[in-house]
Amino acid sequence: MRRSAAGGYRLPTGGAIDRSRPIGFSFNGRALRGFSGDTLASALLANGIRIIGRSFKYHRPRGIVAAGVEESNGLADLGDGGWRTPNLRATEIELVEGLSARSVNCWPSPGFDVGGLNRWLAPFLAAGFYYKTFMWPSWRLFEGAIRRAAGLGRAPDREDPDRYLTRFAHCDLLVVGGGPAGLAAAAAAVAGGGTIILVEQDSITGGRLLWDEAMIDGLGSAAWLERTRAALARAPNLTVLNRTTAAGYFDHNELLCIERAAGHGQSRERLWRIHARKVILATGTLERPLLFAGNDRPGVMLAGAVRQYLERYAVAPGRRAVLFTNNDDAYRTAHALVRAGVEVAALVDTRPSPPAGVVEAARAAVDSFIPGGRIVATGGAGALASVRVVDAGGRSHAFAADLLAMSGGFDPVVHLFSQSGGRLAFDEALGLFRPDVHVQENCSVGGAAGDLGLASSLIAGHRTGAEASGVPAGAAPRAHEQAPEITPCWEPSGAPGHAFLDFQNDVTAGDVALAVRENFASVEHLKRYTTLGMGPDQGKTANVGAIGLLAALTGRSISETGTTRFRFPFTPVAFGTIAGSARGNLLAPLRHLPCHDWHEQRAARFEELGGWMRPVAYPRAGETEEEAARREARAVRTGVGLFDASPLGKIEVRGPDAGLFLDRLYANAMSRLKVGRTRYGIMLNEQGVIIDDGVVARLADDRFLVGTSSSGAGRIFSWMEEWHQCEWPSLEVLLTSVTSGWAVATLSGPKARETLARAHPSIALERADFPHMHYREGEVCGIPARVARVSFTGELTFEVAVPARRGRELWDGLAEAGGTSLSPVGTLAWNLLRLEKGYFHVGGDTDGTTSPFDIGWTRLLEREVHFVGLRSLLRANDLREDRHQLVGLRPLADGPLPIGAQVGRRGRQSEGYVTSSAFSPTLDRVVALGMVRSGHARLGEKLEILHPAGLGQAQIVALDSLDPEGTRLDA
Amino acid sequence: MLMIHCPFCGPRGEHEFGFGDQAGIVRPSLSASDDEWADYLFVRDNHAGLQRERWVHAGGCRQWFFIDRDTITHAIHGTFAFADAREPGE
Repeated sequence: MRRSAAGGYRLPTGGAIDRSRPIGFSFNGRALRGFSGDTLASALLANGIRIIGRSFKYHRPRGIVAAGVEESNGLADLGDGGWRTPNLRATEIELVEGLSARSVNCWPSPGFDVGGLNRWLAPFLAAGFYYKTFMWPSWRLFEGAIRRAAGLGRAPDREDPDRYLTRFAHCDLLVVGGGPAGLAAAAAAVAGGGTIILVEQDSITGGRLLWDEAMIDGLGSAAWLERTRAALARAPNLTVLNRTTAAGYFDHNELLCIERAAGHGQSRERLWRIHARKVILATGTLERPLLFAGNDRPGVMLAGAVRQYLERYAVAPGRRAVLFTNNDDAYRTAHALVRAGVEVAALVDTRPSPPAGVVEAARAAVDSFIPGGRIVATGGAGALASVRVVDAGGRSHAFAADLLAMSGGFDPVVHLFSQSGGRLAFDEALGLFRPDVHVQENCSVGGAAGDLGLASSLIAGHRTGAEASGVPAGAAPRAHEQAPEITPCWEPSGAPGHAFLDFQNDVTAGDVALAVRENFASVEHLKRYTTLGMGPDQGKTANVGAIGLLAALTGRSISETGTTRFRFPFTPVAFGTIAGSARGNLLAPLRHLPCHDWHEQRAARFEELGGWMRPVAYPRAGETEEEAARREARAVRTGVGLFDASPLGKIEVRGPDAGLFLDRLYANAMSRLKVGRTRYGIMLNEQGVIIDDGVVARLADDRFLVGTSSSGAGRIFSWMEEWHQCEWPSLEVLLTSVTSGWAVATLSGPKARETLARAHPSIALERADFPHMHYREGEVCGIPARVARVSFTGELTFEVAVPARRGRELWDGLAEAGGTSLSPVGTLAWNLLRLEKGYFHVGGDTDGTTSPFDIGWTRLLEREVHFVGLRSLLRANDLREDRHQLVGLRPLADGPLPIGAQVGRRGRQSEGYVTSSAFSPTLDRVVALGMVRSGHARLGEKLEILHPAGLGQAQIVALDSLDPEGTRLDA
Repeated sequence: MLMIHCPFCGPRGEHEFGFGDQAGIVRPSLSASDDEWADYLFVRDNHAGLQRERWVHAGGCRQWFFIDRDTITHAIHGTFAFADAREPGE
């Protein structure tokens, strides 16, 4: 062969590589060189590296088989730390300076691998081995060890430092595949003026014209491609996306396409979500391997891939070759090898009499031509060294060879078509599955449609492109190359236990036969029992061969046998690509309080609660959050606390029917509320379950301000809109969510009134002028304010709301007015204060079964309005006496009273559980709430607290432990 | 992802919308029997084929409207504002 000076496998001339730009890279730590234009696979082959990794189960040595997306053997890990990307296909990694790749699934090296001992165990590791062997006494006993041994590359061990973005795109026509058919389609369609996107997974358009010489419109491959690309580049309505794989085809003609960054040396990707009115699938074909003993040895490659390495990358993958084929296409590879100076020792054709047109040239080019022959074994320590052939007469021949190029025919890439819901049909003549009935707006052309001829593919592509954009077809590109003749061949030659269907998952013809013997004869069962096509292959090279063999073994036709369903993704997609920017703080953007910086200056500890960053507590030096919360709670009981209640949901309900609307939505009546008054209310769903609570203020006859819980702000607003629009559209109400429009400062404690009085209020604050559960408008600190007397703590409380942008002014004014007796209060103390008072928390103390009866609201049935949830409260189950009911729990000893602990009697069924619990500094004991069966009728009864931490005792008590008369509240 | 033609805003991606169940479920009166009430709360046709549904353009105009959708193919046969709704298939 023609050799380069380095004595490697690089050809001295030819190919699309740039010899003026050498590139240094490393593989398993070894420094190597390639050229710009190489893939990792071509550069490794050029360096004579033949064993790339190990197979999944037996750890057999594995080399490069293919040259493109179908490669399932040549996997590598790239990058380090957060940049590490496992299991990339070496055939798709463009070589860049400094690229560092490692083998997967072998230790310590692909040449000497400890796990390779599994090979000697191969007879025991047949299909279903795990299911059969690790059943007794329990799969769990073995799971850890098996999981450690399983898996391929190593996942990154740090957060991915890169950013990913998602692009949304809409177009009139999406062409998937930039080979001859796809290019012809796009070129014909641009005249229509609609927007067109063409995606090509390779680094450049051209498909097999990048390595196969052809004459189109009187031009050679390269010249025709250049002319066509230039014409497309001039079209303003066409976007060509190279390095972009259409990985998924979803409803309404949406395709997910993955664009890889160029020249990065990493797998950084962009997700395109493309909606297309029409889709042309020009995804081409994948070459099918032949099934023979020893076909997995490194050095055995697909014939078309060998041609691509020779012509595109100027790499001869071996020095002495044997070809094995059932079709005419591999003959082109034989001639390409001869042209490159590689000796072709033998060409073995399964067909007894191949077409005369190809035979004559082959006889002249190769040493031995063996029609009607079969390869029955391969030899070599590690990589391929010899091939054994049986000819039509049954005679055995041995050939020394380091390269075996095989071709078992071609399979249309129907993955996307199948994902789109389309039905496949088996073409008996060509021995392949092709698209039959389409469901969405798509059309397959060229190889993807089972059309293997260049001339016919160009015509079909051109015609379909013109039709899709509604322009007259005109003249299609003209070529003469016809489809190769193929005689399908399904049965293995040589020992079936060594004839591999799925190289990466180690599934052999013998495994398929075993599965059939054990009656896993459905194609879906076969797949799962043997793991065939379930690894990196995903039904690319392994699929159809296995179906053909299964059909032969079960005496069915291939049509009857059918295929498994193809699923997203066509090729692996990084998690980061799918997540896009929806990660970390951008997953759900955090909301900050109007006075976030004020809290920060007071050393607040923040926590995300319902999407808001809220102060949990304001610990002083040396204090824990819990200690700070107790101090803050004491300050509220003795002085005054300032709590930021801005996230509370605020919905304005306006209109003549506002009162009636709220009457129907609340379990208690709101329409009789007087202007300037507030009322606490609870909302139910139609099942009669409590979904939210809050305080409603009546601002005017036709205007209410509805307060929801912080977490209910969005949910309850949507709930109201749905009822209004869908059930009561005739009610004249207008709903406006004003939650984030107001900053809400809550002053709570015995000194709340005197503090607010110093903040220049224009409102009279004395009890007689402004009693509990009343509402006033005026000014505080010179800012227009809405002030309500509502209390969550059981103390005298004023809730002051001002426009959000003036929140900071209010906080500064109130802090000045409060002086040293004022303490900022976080959510932790706030929760403790409401618990001391015996106020429940919807979603904390209640759950998806809690009815208003269960919290002691028993008079609802007297209402005349058919409010939401009422009918469900009349069901027998809701009226049961022995439902779980909300009660206070008072510990009798020092034992624990943790949230979630069961209550009842030891050895008996649970009678309830603790829902809230905290230590009260004011009462100097634990205060707790719980749901207890028939709890309301059992006040005073003692129960045991059952918890892994130990047993305790508690007494059922009324809810309000502190100030049951409400004198502090009503001050 | 479905492409949904909001009757008020035009074509938008499915992620802007919320699904609100089979349409035409009538809320019974307070005197409904327990069985009738349970049907209203929990029982749906689960129809395979063309079905009228309520959807809301939550990430847009926030209006509820009807979609006639094929539950097998996800093909959308029409979207209607409540006021313009005709019988499915008309």
